[in-house]
Amino acid sequence: MLGLSGAGAFSMADNLLYFTELLSMPVLDLKHRRIGRVKDAALVPREHAARIERFLVGGGDTWLTLRFDQIQSVTLAAGIQLSDEQLLPYHDDEYMLRIGRDLLDQQIIDVTGRKVVRVTDVTMAVQHDGERDILTVLEVDIGVRSMFRRLMQGVLPWRWVRRLQSSIPPNSIRWEFANVVEPDPLRRLRLNISYEKLEDMHPADLADIVEDLGPAQREAIFDSIDSEAAADALSEVEDPKMQASILEALEPEKAADIVEEMAPDEAADVLSELQEETSEEILEEMDSEPKVEVQELLEFDEDTAGGLMNTEYVVLHDNATVADAMAGLKGNEELLESLNTLFLIDEEEHLTAAIPLARLFLAGGDTRLKDLASETLIQVTVDEKHDRVTEYFDKYNLLTLPVVDDEGKLAGVITADDIISLLRQK
Amino acid sequence: MRKVLERFRSHILVFLAVLGPGFITAMVDNDSGGIYTYSAAGAKFGYLPLWTLLPITIVLIITQEMCSRMGAVTGKGLSDLIREEFGLRITFLLMALLVFVNLTNVMTEFAGVASSLELFHISKYISVPLAAIGVWFLVVEGNYTGVEKVFLGASVIYVTYIISGFLVRPDWKAAAVNSVRPILMLDSSYIYMLIGMVGTTIAPWMQFYLQSAVVEKGITVKEYAASRLEVTVGCIMTNVIAFFIIVACAGAIWSVAPKDIKDAADAAVGLKPFGQYAFLLFSAGLLNASVFAASILPLSTAYSVCEGLGFEAGVNRRIREAPVFYFLYTSLIVVGGGVVLVPKFPLVRMILLSQVLNGVLLPLILIFMVILINKRDLMGEWVNPRWFNWASWATVVIMIGLTLALTGMSLRQGPG
Repeated sequence: MLGLSGAGAFSMADNLLYFTELLSMPVLDLKHRRIGRVKDAALVPREHAARIERFLVGGGDTWLTLRFDQIQSVTLAAGIQLSDEQLLPYHDDEYMLRIGRDLLDQQIIDVTGRKVVRVTDVTMAVQHDGERDILTVLEVDIGVRSMFRRLMQGVLPWRWVRRLQSSIPPNSIRWEFANVVEPDPLRRLRLNISYEKLEDMHPADLADIVEDLGPAQREAIFDSIDSEAAADALSEVEDPKMQASILEALEPEKAADIVEEMAPDEAADVLSELQEETSEEILEEMDSEPKVEVQELLEFDEDTAGGLMNTEYVVLHDNATVADAMAGLKGNEELLESLNTLFLIDEEEHLTAAIPLARLFLAGGDTRLKDLASETLIQVTVDEKHDRVTEYFDKYNLLTLPVVDDEGKLAGVITADDIISLLRQK
Repeated sequence: MRKVLERFRSHILVFLAVLGPGFITAMVDNDSGGIYTYSAAGAKFGYLPLWTLLPITIVLIITQEMCSRMGAVTGKGLSDLIREEFGLRITFLLMALLVFVNLTNVMTEFAGVASSLELFHISKYISVPLAAIGVWFLVVEGNYTGVEKVFLGASVIYVTYIISGFLVRPDWKAAAVNSVRPILMLDSSYIYMLIGMVGTTIAPWMQFYLQSAVVEKGITVKEYAASRLEVTVGCIMTNVIAFFIIVACAGAIWSVAPKDIKDAADAAVGLKPFGQYAFLLFSAGLLNASVFAASILPLSTAYSVCEGLGFEAGVNRRIREAPVFYFLYTSLIVVGGGVVLVPKFPLVRMILLSQVLNGVLLPLILIFMVILINKRDLMGEWVNPRWFNWASWATVVIMIGLTLALTGMSLRQGPG
């Protein structure tokens, strides 16, 4: 048993042990003779998510592997006392997540704090289960306290280090909320690393995180989270160049799945950043319906209304009633979140009116939509320049602006959020 | 034909997209310390030292290319990589050294601001605080692309040196001959000057700054060819400017009477007989270089330290979100600018110390760089080819030899 107790934050744990303290701890055989020192410790995530399963012991020329059930006790004063001294030579085990090699000094994702952090130390609990001491990873430490501990380890006696560090506020992340980033997909599988926790994050937060990571780690995340979450996050990545390089790194099928989930205008924007071959490859893999929409949008020049618009809008016939509109919307609930305007077209598909959605609430079911229309119909053609489009939004306080082609047919709509992104990019 | 033009245009576009990091780093290289070294060389030895510029350019390109390659391939800063591969202790030591070295460098820059404006009779008690405040706000309130544009604009001002080089009507023939004819003299002040020129050219902070800037700009392996070209052009430009500084001082000061100058402002005064413009341009260039370097050094230092030690960093974060970053950044400016104003502060000794510390730190960093760039799990197919490794190690060895010699001589006798 350890002599010193930790901060007291973990009442369930008997004692705390830091990874820096475990490193170079002596390992004693049955006759209490020292056979080597701890060089690293490893989890085997397929066996247990947090228990330290293996210890790597350096003694003489080779490293030995020590299983957790060969240990009797772990104490700071005396080191690791074995109950079984049949140790096998260490060979690189692909199923191990080695703390010293794979975790310490590397970047991980703090899921609750929604940011990328660098691991300085790892806090473990030592619990006696009746037969032996078992080490479980509790937290990864990232703050100044752990930095102090690591710098002082071996310089000062551990008692001093513990006493001195207690005046520094701790900064740690619970192990459950720490997500390791492993670029190699095979190893990811073996280590049981998943990014499911990231899928529940707000897409904007996830985008911030991937922006902080290196390209390899970035691809790893987009490769393994589901396409919908990936699409949302990709839309939120601010730098178009980074969006493009992420898609380029993925397999075309995976990239196509993600692009399909994106709003068509955003998809077109991203694809237009790619080299032509790559975007062709991705389009090839897409389902026909989203593909056609995106391809149509790709035709337009990037700095015109056509390049800015999207094709998600609701359009009804000229003499439809409020009841017709309600019935139409019932089947398309997914549109409602961002919908604020309905459009009317005549026999020749020419745009005739725009109806603010809110007006429907106060109107009877048999009111004609035509009668609820905005007084003036404000529209632009597909080749209108960006400056004019933003000017319209400002001048007429628009939420949605319809875009028509040369013949006056509705081609798409520009929404206020497109304008905000456009202005921010300047 | 049209196809060729199209291709040419797309090349230029790619080049412009990556323009920034290499160019800015190379330009800041000619900071007030650099200008002093080159001026002193020209004033005392005339056109003789010009031949060193060619080898210096090559060595500069080799080191800068490695940093930009590592940045483009790994997407991580140099201090990130050092931390991941060599652990916290080494990183901490390196960073502590880096902060101290760069602090003394920042002092040099503010001293440059003070002396260049004193030429125009502006008291340093006005110029230095104003420059410090200006620098702080430029970086904290601006965003990266905006700041980069300001910096690129500032790079253009270096043209003043080229113009002042022409204005003094130097002996172009002697300049051309000496650019390609190495002359070694067993004169201790000559050797000291040669070493000083190499020493001021490759500084530790540049490696960190360049790599972070490449990452920040989102340059990827795909654009790497353009990025390498940018770095190379930047390094060549640096030495073209250095050439004109030496030539200007050789033509204006050495050809009249060779002498030791005590700072870069002294050199500007020496240009006065050749017209008000030569003097004005030379001092404006010095002011620009000092302010330019004073904006980049504290920022780059704070970034490197926070990246390496795992603190939040970046000017797009609020002060509360990244306290360590802002603390470091602000202290470097306040202390660096402040000491220039302290009466009787041993500034010359600090500058000397900064040179010595640069010398101690640089070999370490170069060694780490060459080790890192040869790690296949980090760089993949982008590890150094074998011939390049020879060149890199040769560069490292030369730099270590020269900086050790410089350090030794600085400790024994001091400059000049």
